[in-house]
Formats: sequence, C-alpha cells, structure tokens
Amino acid sequence: MSIQVRNLTHIYGKGQPDSQLALENINFDIYDEEIVGIIGHTGSGKSTLLQHLNGLLKPEEGTIVVGNDEITAPNFPMRNIRKKVGLVFQYPEYQLFEETVALDIAFGPKNLGMPEDEIWDRIKEVLEMVDLDYDEVADKSPFELSGGQKRRVAIAGVLAMKPQVLILDEPTAGLDPKAHKSILEMIQRVHEKEKNIIIFVSHNMEDIANLSDKVMVMDCGKLVMVGTPKEIFAQRDRLNQIGLNVPPAADLIYKLKDAGIPMADGVVSMEEAEEELYNYLRKK
Amino acid sequence: MIRDITLGQYYAAESVVHRVDPRVKIIATLLFIAELFIVDDFKGFILCGGAMALAVAASKVPLGFIMRGLKPILFILMFTFVLNIFMIDGHILVKLWFIKITKEGLLTAAFMAIRLILLIIGSSLLTFTTKPIILTDGIEKLLAPLKAFKVPTHEIAMMMSIALRFIPTLIEETDKIMKAQQARGADFESGNIMQRAKALIPILVPLFISAFQIAQDLAMAMEARCYRGGTGRTRMHAMKLMRRDYFVAIGLVLLLGLVILERIYL
Repeated sequence: MSIQVRNLTHIYGKGQPDSQLALENINFDIYDEEIVGIIGHTGSGKSTLLQHLNGLLKPEEGTIVVGNDEITAPNFPMRNIRKKVGLVFQYPEYQLFEETVALDIAFGPKNLGMPEDEIWDRIKEVLEMVDLDYDEVADKSPFELSGGQKRRVAIAGVLAMKPQVLILDEPTAGLDPKAHKSILEMIQRVHEKEKNIIIFVSHNMEDIANLSDKVMVMDCGKLVMVGTPKEIFAQRDRLNQIGLNVPPAADLIYKLKDAGIPMADGVVSMEEAEEELYNYLRKK
Repeated sequence: MIRDITLGQYYAAESVVHRVDPRVKIIATLLFIAELFIVDDFKGFILCGGAMALAVAASKVPLGFIMRGLKPILFILMFTFVLNIFMIDGHILVKLWFIKITKEGLLTAAFMAIRLILLIIGSSLLTFTTKPIILTDGIEKLLAPLKAFKVPTHEIAMMMSIALRFIPTLIEETDKIMKAQQARGADFESGNIMQRAKALIPILVPLFISAFQIAQDLAMAMEARCYRGGTGRTRMHAMKLMRRDYFVAIGLVLLLGLVILERIYL
C-alpha cells in the first residue's frame, strides 16, 4: 500500500473575488507502513491536503493514487476510498451524535455495509485500541464522557472502518498533557496493531520528531521540505524563516552550539540530547 | 455545495451604493418593492428595470454574483411561470387535448416572472451592499419610534444582528460536520425522502450542540464586557445623512411618481 500525489493544485472559491490558491503543485510519495508528520503554520494548506487524500475535496489539477486506485479519476466511487482512507478531523468530538458510544462507532462501518456481527466485534476491538473499557462506556451517551474520552470515541469511530490509511488532523489539539500523551500512545499502538499508513498534523515538533518516519513541511500552499525528522530538524534557520521551530531538545543543542559549545549535528530527541550533553560533560 | 448560498451575503466592494446610509437603503428597497406592485404593464418595468440596472451598475457587484442569488428561487419562478401559462383563459394560441396556451397566459407568466426577478434582485442588492451589522443598525434606528410603545427595539436589533452574524459561522460548522460524517461514509445525496431525512440526523445533532455552545459562549463574552441592554448605549459611528443619501431618496420618490403616472396615463 502506498500513496502517490502528483501536481496537486487546489483553488478555493474559483471564479469568486476572494478565490485563493490553497495548494500549489504538490508532489510526494508515502510508502507502506510509514508514519508521516505534517507541519506548517495555520493556513498553509495542511487540512486542504488531507481532505484531498480522502476524496472530500476535488483537486483543480493533479492526481492522487492510493494503492492501485486513482481516486481523482472522474466517477471514482467514493465509498471505496472512504473504506481505504480514514480521516479524523480536528476536534472530532463534535461529530458525535448517537445515543450510545457503541452506536456512534458503528455509524461508519454500517455506512460501508459491514455485516452486523462483524461490527460488534470491531467495536470491542477499536475501543480496546483507543484504551477505553467496553463494559464501561459502550452503552453510555457519548455526551457524558470527558473531552479526552470523547475524542478517543470519535477516533475509534474512524478506526472501526478498518482504514489502511489513517489521517489525523491535529489529534491532540486542546487536550491537557495527560490526554495528549495518551492520544500519542494510542496512535503508536494503532500503528503497531493495524500496520497502516498514518498521516498526522501537529504543531508540536516534539511529537512530530518522536512519531514520524517522514516529515512534510507546508508553507503557503506549497510543500517546501520532505525528509526524515533528522533531515528536517537539521535545518533550523529555514524552519524559522517560515515561522516554525525545532523540537525543544534540538533547540537546546542549537543554542549551546550558538554559544560556542561544540555539539554534534542531527540531535532531535530528548534521549539524543541527553547523550550528547553527557558526552560533552565527560570529555570536559 | 453549501458554500454557494449567496442570498443575504455581503459582497465587499467600494461603491456609492455601499456607502449610502442603511436607513435610506432600507426605505429605498421597500419603496422599490412597492413600485414593482404598482406597475401593471411591461412599460412600467422599463422604468423599474432601468433604475435597478443603474443601481446594480453603481454597486460594482458583478452580474454573475447577483444571478447566483436567483438560483434558489429558480424553482418557484418556473412553477409560477408554468402555472400562469396554463391557468389563464383568453385567446388560444396552442391547444393540445386539455392543455391550452393562451396569449394572456403567456403575457401574465412573463409579467409575473419579471416582477419576481426584479423583486429578488432589488432586495438582495440591499444585503449585497450592506454589511449585516450596519443593516441591523439601520433597522434599529428606523424602529426607534416604536420605543414609545415599549417595543424593545434595541434587543430586537441585537438579536437580528447576532442571528445574521452567525449565519456564516453556522454554515461553516455545517460544512465541517458534513465533511466529518462523509468521511465516515455518510451519504446525503441518494435514497428516498425518508432515507435522506434520516441522513440529516448525524448533521443536525452535532450542529445543535455546537450552536448552543456558541450561544452560551457568546452570552458569557457579552456579559464579561458589561453588556446590559440598550438603555444609554451610544454609538462609535453615529449615522448621519449625507448628500448622496438625499439624492438616492429623491431618485426613488421620483421613480415612484413616474410609476404612478405611467399607471394612470399610459
């Protein structure tokens, strides 16, 4: 399973006075089982890009191939793409509507025509994946849950459709540190279990560095950088230019380097920074 | 898509029509509507249509944008047109079994269609060229005399401006929820009426919840800024009639005179 995007261009409000070029000539490949992090400041086109991958938006120009299907082909059945690509929007808890958690999670699979008994097995499975107790929450109203729990139910609702590609738009936005951490752990757990492609947007550089195999940087509707977290976060100046930063640990190492202290290149994670500092202090 | 709704949406541009005082514009629009109903033949529409064309040209709102506002009423337009063609007796032009098309029917149908189109363009020009907030300010001022009868004009105007202000927000919200449910495989476009009505539940429930949430937050934010109703409130931008406002008013009254004369003498 892989994704190829070629020459993708999208214009919002075409023909209207306030039309704007939202995506400009985007090209990239995503390979099997990759976790891809997308960064870029607000309005850089991240959400627009994600909605194209799910077929919710149609490009002005360009093609998107998911697996063996060109989903941008005219008359491509949307149901097939929804089955393959699951998209979790920002603040997904606002999409909950059913009387019970279980029914809400069943909404997606039912729409896809999954058989009833398979749906119930799947509900148990995904609730476990998002670390919620089936017996405790399944028959509760989703509106009785806490913010973090609601979000996990909403994510479970998309997971229940067994997508081979899972897209999450700022999955940790507006959560407290504890819920934040548990969502990240959940993403990793889902990835290990489902062996799917995961694409996620975040403003937290540390999360991006820790989770992703590949990082894509967007700026003003263009894809400006693609690479491993190490490659991307080695270019602090360029990131700063477009209003982004490196993870806190890398930032510390950069600052020490600026102050004239010899430090190695390519330090991204907390562990690497710790190691680097330890080595330096020992040599001294 | 849902974003295409233009009725009652503001078109940002710099024009004389945009700058005319909202009170004058509201009265002018009402007057124009009255004139459309005074007119009883096609010659009268030349006057009204001419005035309309002048206003549209001066407003700098593109014609395509205005036409898009007509789309939602296209069905009603066709319906009345067809109804009028077949329902009115007179000189028969074409006769097919029990269906007959008469000259009078055709004329009435065309007449009604023109009236409807001018009516919609006229009233949407008001909202195209006036920001909702300014519009409600105008309404509040116009209703001010009713205060003497204990009508809470400020509160009514505030409710209207909040309602108007949140139309785009709610449209955006609806769009977002629709997309989220579509991503979960929801289908809003196929099926019979019952299935389609049922398909709305996943949109309506979250929409109502977020609307209540927005209302609650807004009430709190207003209270935090010491809002306590209309008594004693002054305005940052007091409305003042300018020369152009008098010109517009005179123009519309003139048109009214012409239309009445046309009806009596031509």
